[in-house]
Amino acid sequence: MTTSHSLTAEELTLGYGDRVVVESLDLSVPPGRVTVVVGANACGKSTLLRSMSRLLAPREGRVLLDGKRVHRMPAKELARTLGLLPQSPVAPEGITVLDLVGRGRHPHQGVFTRWNEKDDAAVASALEATRTAGLADRSVDELSGGQRQRVWIAMALAQQTDLLLLDEPTTFLDASHQIEVLDLLTDLNRTRGTTVVMVLHDLNLAARYADHLIALAGGRIHAAGSPADVLTEEMVEAVFGLRSRVIEDPVSGKPLMLPLGRHHIRPEPAGTGSATAGPAGTGAPEPAGEPVH
Amino acid sequence: MSVPAVTRPSVLRDVTRGRVRNATHRRLVVLTLVVLVLAGFAVTLMAGQTFYPPRDVVRVVLGEQVPGASFTVGRLRLPRAVLAVVAGFSFGMAGVTFQTMLRNPLASPDIIGISSGASAAAAIAIVTLSLDEIQVSVLAIVAALVVALVVYGLAFRDGVVGTRLILIGIGISAMLDSVTSYVLSRAAEWDLQEAMRWLTGSLNGVSWDQTVPALLALAVLAPVLLSQARDLSAMQLGDDTASALGVRVERTRITVIVAAVCLIAFATAAAGPIAFVAFLSGPIAARLVGGGGSLLVPAGLVGALLVLAADFAGQFAFDTRFPVGVVTGVLGAPYLVYLIVRTHRAGGSI
Repeated sequence: MTTSHSLTAEELTLGYGDRVVVESLDLSVPPGRVTVVVGANACGKSTLLRSMSRLLAPREGRVLLDGKRVHRMPAKELARTLGLLPQSPVAPEGITVLDLVGRGRHPHQGVFTRWNEKDDAAVASALEATRTAGLADRSVDELSGGQRQRVWIAMALAQQTDLLLLDEPTTFLDASHQIEVLDLLTDLNRTRGTTVVMVLHDLNLAARYADHLIALAGGRIHAAGSPADVLTEEMVEAVFGLRSRVIEDPVSGKPLMLPLGRHHIRPEPAGTGSATAGPAGTGAPEPAGEPVH
Repeated sequence: MSVPAVTRPSVLRDVTRGRVRNATHRRLVVLTLVVLVLAGFAVTLMAGQTFYPPRDVVRVVLGEQVPGASFTVGRLRLPRAVLAVVAGFSFGMAGVTFQTMLRNPLASPDIIGISSGASAAAAIAIVTLSLDEIQVSVLAIVAALVVALVVYGLAFRDGVVGTRLILIGIGISAMLDSVTSYVLSRAAEWDLQEAMRWLTGSLNGVSWDQTVPALLALAVLAPVLLSQARDLSAMQLGDDTASALGVRVERTRITVIVAAVCLIAFATAAAGPIAFVAFLSGPIAARLVGGGGSLLVPAGLVGALLVLAADFAGQFAFDTRFPVGVVTGVLGAPYLVYLIVRTHRAGGSI
């Protein structure tokens, strides 16, 4: 199945108190694809995600889901189409995995409707997809970071939305768990056609897992498009204030950013600039001597 | 790894089984609590200085005239037992509502000053202003809402943090308790019974005049809270997650706070701030029920049972008669200490 829900932002201005965080931003999320938002700290990534899922009302402009303003849609109706996993969700003390994942069914239930087989099926499917079925009776408190994150994703999956927004789903996870979570989200996208929008800190993982990459700077979109077009040395310099080299990732063929800090940089022979590598990586320049690994 | 298109039947079976197991356990707990509350209620009506057999009690409750029993059971014991159940249920339900919403067992209305506000207002209304029951209730509600607003307002800085709210509430609560003490000490006729009621809560000398408003309030407000039970469970996961699950967080919060505060105020205006019932009921209910489902009804039943049992013990277990609040206070204080010690051992803050 594929989803054809359109999620767009038009001239969106967002802020807290006197502070404007996002200004007059236009954005369109490609349906059925994985979109990743990157940007420096406090550039408005999370704010944008919060607003797209109705958590923050826009100062100006609007967020449209299938042409309807999300901030005017009935809360539950929206929650059946669009799910959000916030950056730091709170698990009540002693709650079991089964109970937590079951709470994802909230938008499908009314005050008087009882829990039914459809709810069971959704929960089972979410546990299965995130490989947490074996943890069902465990208390969330006693899980490892990676397990816990999978359980939270399972809760969002039980919501059975065609769009899933995630705010830094890989924070606090070690390398293997980060990959595990991102692989899982890619699986969801490929097998169920779920549209995924997530904020990531790691530029290289963002470039690898994104179909559509958005670089945000100062509350505006600096660049958006395929990772190869967006992750360039110029973008990294402009958005993060970091000099870098971008090469082709030998594993994925996507761009790979290598930061140029002040230390541990191999002195380069004269005549080779540092900004020669193209976005999609024409390969690192190979002067005489050792190859660059 | 890839996402299976079809769920294995064994996983689905386990999920269904787990859900049914939780639901059955929960039903069993609720049923047991109902039976215990009914038993406590019946014992309260039968036992006392004179024992009346169940047959007499039933006849009195049905409105028949039974010499002796009609007065003792109908006029003395029945309103007292009803108020014990109603006040206990109100405190338990309102307490667990606050604890769930603020995600902290210390955030119960009797710790953060709301009960104290209702109590101080009721003391002033009765002792100083000599108002009637309806006026007392109204004043207690206004005071409780104002206290809730003040505590919430003082705790608000970029959102409300539980710890700050609790500490501010404890401070406000102490101030209000001293107001109550002052009002009572200035009263023309110093009445110990009355004083105990407003300081710790008491059911001594209760009549229908006090019981009926609290009963009506519970009948109206309990369904309001129950209608919000699911949203409240979602809000336990944090405001953002709840919002993402389709809860209108602000609307739910206001509805729930107003309903819970009114419940507390009505119950307090009738029985005084029965110590620690709101605070104890939720955690006990959570321990009994285990995972899953709303705690509103179980906590209400635990509250009712606590008040019934404590009042009975206070009347008959000792040489002296103690008001119910003294007994629940003895039960509640150690738990408060335990909770704080445990939090600090775990390295957390309040």
